[in-house]
Amino acid sequence: MSDDLIAVFQEELVELLESLERGLVDLQESPEDAGLINQVFRDLHTVKGSGAMFGFTDLAAFIHDFETAFEKVRAGAVPVTPELVRLGLAARDQIPGLVNGDADPDGDRVAILNALRDLTSGGGVAAADIDDEIEAEAVTSNAPATLRFKLSEDALALGARPDILLSELKDLGATQIVADLSDIPALDDLNADQCYVAWQMQLPAGVAEGDVEDVFMFADADWTLTATEVNEVVERDEIDDLLSEAPALDTPAPQQQAPSDKAPAATEPAASIRVPAARLDALMDSVGELVTVEARLTELARHSRDPALLSTAEEVTRLAARLRDATMTMRMVPMRTLVSRFRRLILGLSSDLGKPVEFVVDGEDTELDKTVIEKLADPLVHILRNAIDHGMEDPAARAQTDKDHVGRIELSATHVGGEVHIVVRDDGRGMSADKIRAKAIERGLITSEAQLTAGQVFALVLEPGFSTAETITELSGRGVGMDVVRRTIEGLRGVIEIDSKLGQGTTVTLRLPLTLAIIDGLLIEIADERYTLPMSSVKEIFELPLDKRIASRNGDYLDIRGQFVPFVRLRHLFDCEGEPPTEQNVVVVESGDARMGIVVDRIIGTNQTVIKQVSKLQQGARAISGATILGDGTVSLIVDVAQLLAMSGPLIEPKKEVAA
Amino acid sequence: MTLAASHKIVITFSIGPQRLAIPATDLREIIDPLPTTRVPGAGDFAPWVVNVRGAVLPLGDLRLPLGINDPNPAERPEDARRFLVLEAVIGGEPTTVAVMADIVHEVATIPSKSIEPLPATSMWPSEFVEGLFKGPEGEFVLIPDLSAIFTAMAQRAAVA
Repeated sequence: MSDDLIAVFQEELVELLESLERGLVDLQESPEDAGLINQVFRDLHTVKGSGAMFGFTDLAAFIHDFETAFEKVRAGAVPVTPELVRLGLAARDQIPGLVNGDADPDGDRVAILNALRDLTSGGGVAAADIDDEIEAEAVTSNAPATLRFKLSEDALALGARPDILLSELKDLGATQIVADLSDIPALDDLNADQCYVAWQMQLPAGVAEGDVEDVFMFADADWTLTATEVNEVVERDEIDDLLSEAPALDTPAPQQQAPSDKAPAATEPAASIRVPAARLDALMDSVGELVTVEARLTELARHSRDPALLSTAEEVTRLAARLRDATMTMRMVPMRTLVSRFRRLILGLSSDLGKPVEFVVDGEDTELDKTVIEKLADPLVHILRNAIDHGMEDPAARAQTDKDHVGRIELSATHVGGEVHIVVRDDGRGMSADKIRAKAIERGLITSEAQLTAGQVFALVLEPGFSTAETITELSGRGVGMDVVRRTIEGLRGVIEIDSKLGQGTTVTLRLPLTLAIIDGLLIEIADERYTLPMSSVKEIFELPLDKRIASRNGDYLDIRGQFVPFVRLRHLFDCEGEPPTEQNVVVVESGDARMGIVVDRIIGTNQTVIKQVSKLQQGARAISGATILGDGTVSLIVDVAQLLAMSGPLIEPKKEVAA
Repeated sequence: MTLAASHKIVITFSIGPQRLAIPATDLREIIDPLPTTRVPGAGDFAPWVVNVRGAVLPLGDLRLPLGINDPNPAERPEDARRFLVLEAVIGGEPTTVAVMADIVHEVATIPSKSIEPLPATSMWPSEFVEGLFKGPEGEFVLIPDLSAIFTAMAQRAAVA
């Protein structure tokens, strides 16, 4: 638009503003004069229309609201008051600023419009006289609407500006403005002065037909406004576009969520699914078989020396390992699932027994295999019961100690290497090693000559039928005792350790493998038999020094960086026949605090080991915790390192003497 | 095992010179010998394990519990050896085990009334034998009590 035309508009505007001002001042004198009211209204309408035409959208919007207020005056719904006139004049004074594009830092314009609206909306009492347009506004304001418009053939020639129309409609809240180009003719037929484009858009609820009418006041256009369900018109991807374009629409959503601890869980409901445990078990079984088959494939590929087969086998190995890890992760369950049960148990027991107890849990997030967690519940209940029933003193007895009158029971779970250590610690009366020893002798569990470490003495309470409780209570001490706990833990390939200090409390430690199903194994060979050592317990491997080839009468020890480490010869232990090879290897294994060397003929390598239980028929097997199937289909037994260390206990004993 | 039905279907096989029969319902399959793995310290009843299609099964030897003495083991043809995979109940739990056989003969239907209890004075351990019947060549065919044998094995293993 040329500057000339704007100059014309501004000249016209000065005249209009003068007319407006005069009209308003006169209205103050004769408020009932309908002619004056109509004149003011006309002036406003003209300023708005011209302003819109010349691109002063801010001005048009401002006057639109100004005009709405005076429409009610014109309809007789609102009387002319000095206040109304004052506001009208204030509004009029804003118009030059709007035309010049001045900013409104103090929000005067909004304040004026709000005051005008407040003043005029109170006059709704004359409901019968309400103007048609206002009625229409009330009807249409509830539903969103679709607006279609197309400029008439000569509209452009008459000065219509589609961009201004669109921006005005946008100010009304129009969204998803889509141009319909279907009517554009071929270039030869194109009339440059004609607008062939039609537009369609969504108008929000609350836009009255009158508002739209005002937009098209100075443009000759065909337009239709239809109230429609948004869902019918708007296609899914359009909404997505809309949402991505207008992030502001999203922002109110988070405010609707109550801030609470549960919030993270609530925000990602779709991120997890519930799966029946049986399906996970089935998956694990399949993965176990896959790992076995993969081992066989690798073996076959190695024999064939076919590079293509080898690389494929390698790929399968990698995928199988990944699948194995994913499956095992899926089966991991945090300790928390158990802990809530324990809290209630402790609470109940504490009040039943009249022993105030504080229950402290650490490591609730520590994860264990689902099967381990399930099987762990009963033993832990038993241990906790013991801690509060037998471990804790009566309040009277406790008062005589310098301990806090509230007892303390701690349950902690931590990952240590390939194991999970679950510790139950109480600060109760503790156990007397001498008393346990005497009782064990009385029951014939040990001879009076037996030399036992403190740990071994406390382990006696795990023997079947051993109970130190003088009085059998409702809760514990009925014979179904710690031996059941031990059997369960050992069934999980775990170890149970007890430590106690008289007067200070008892600590029960459960050391459990992370998973029951698959472990990394070290494959070794003795006398043409292959055994698997759990990699998690293997610390180092080196060659057996030649001077140690022959078994020593004083027991076998190795000097590992200044430390004496006992070692056993697996050939002897497993009754192997034949002579050992000249060069043998020592695998140093560790379980708990104990360390020892295992002499083997040869190290074959590491492999993924699917653990298969050995049958009850072979429970008597020495230091065997399970079996696994090797690549060639034969069975390799898995050496139970913890049991091996326990069996070699007498060997470890003199270590201290040598070291001393 | 009830002997109520009028007839019994059994599998007959031999260990050393002794012919044995087990109910066909207890038999899962007959397989060619597989590579065995010795289990140190597992005892003489079930000293090995074998891999039967992905399952690690104990391999039992019925010679010891049944007191079978084979004076000429070298006479048993190598290629006639089989493993019988059996279902037995050990300590109340159904378990699958494999046992070695020098030769497997046939599936036979025998009249239940031909099965006799073990004579009071016999060379066989009565606790492990359910009964016996006379075979086609006039020899005694033993029906071992597999569950009793395996349960006893498991108990011995647990004590060991």
